[in-house]
Amino acid sequence: MDTLNIAGKSYNSRLLVGTGKYKDFEQTKAAIDASGAEIVTVAIRRTNIGQNAGEPSLLDFLPPEEYTYLPNTAGCYSADDAVRTLRLARELLDGHKLVKLEVLGDPRTLYPNMLETLKAAETLVKDGFDVMVYCSDDPIIAKQLEELGCAAVMPLASLIGSGMGILNPWNLQIIIENAKIPVLVDAGVGTASDAAIAMELGCQGVLMNTAIAAAQDPILMAGAMKKAIEAGREAFLAGRMPRKLYSASPSSPTSGLIS
Amino acid sequence: MIHLTINGNPRQFDVERLTVGELVEKLGLTGKRLAIERNGEIVPRGNFAEAVLNSNDKLEIVGAVGGG
Repeated sequence: MDTLNIAGKSYNSRLLVGTGKYKDFEQTKAAIDASGAEIVTVAIRRTNIGQNAGEPSLLDFLPPEEYTYLPNTAGCYSADDAVRTLRLARELLDGHKLVKLEVLGDPRTLYPNMLETLKAAETLVKDGFDVMVYCSDDPIIAKQLEELGCAAVMPLASLIGSGMGILNPWNLQIIIENAKIPVLVDAGVGTASDAAIAMELGCQGVLMNTAIAAAQDPILMAGAMKKAIEAGREAFLAGRMPRKLYSASPSSPTSGLIS
Repeated sequence: MIHLTINGNPRQFDVERLTVGELVEKLGLTGKRLAIERNGEIVPRGNFAEAVLNSNDKLEIVGAVGGG
């Protein structure tokens, strides 16, 4: 069985999805189910005090017993804030250790601040977390994160929420070739072919949110992404034919033609 | 009177003594899945009943929401 293995646990789906930007919780749940994802990211935010006490929460629609929650540090701009956020998440989710670390550097691009990310990763690993880390597509940084003990590195394909697809497949390929831990593409996927390309490059998985949630029909797109991830993975395992610019090779027999 | 800062907002409670557990109840959050940090340190859920709050404590009360 070809499974995604992270921090000692196996998953059948190589598609990881976010739970933000949906119209409502019903749509969130329907899209996630159509995607087949087992790991879902959630954000940690201040609870509304004194308002809407009875209103439903995300957890009512996505029970933590049925999905693997991946709490993130979206919106954190310092290592300290990211570490605090994930310690709160661990308490919130009864000691859950698998987390997504991201430390942002700039609100306009949401590009990661890798100096702060490295600092936070070191603290979190020492504190016993299994850290999946959002990072730039820099092979040296990716290696350093691996050496710090991260559970997976997740380089961006392009900027968060941009839908620009994979801008530097060559860097991703170097990261994948060098890595001993899973490499997942996180951020920037726009449509199904982007996800398939990431998998064909040899990524272990893809994490996305906006590409599904901001599609005209998120549930249909979630199904498309599921297929793209599976197709891309199978193509990677099958091993593609070499690219040949000029040595044309017909698929039909060259003899027995009528004359 | 106990003065607290909860999720960035000042709040007063007209009591002599207040535990984290009692605060959760007063805020109508009983039974909700949440995590609480006091002055930068996690208060484990199992300690809510014993953890006594001091005036000027800064609390963060968080939950999980949709995100990517």
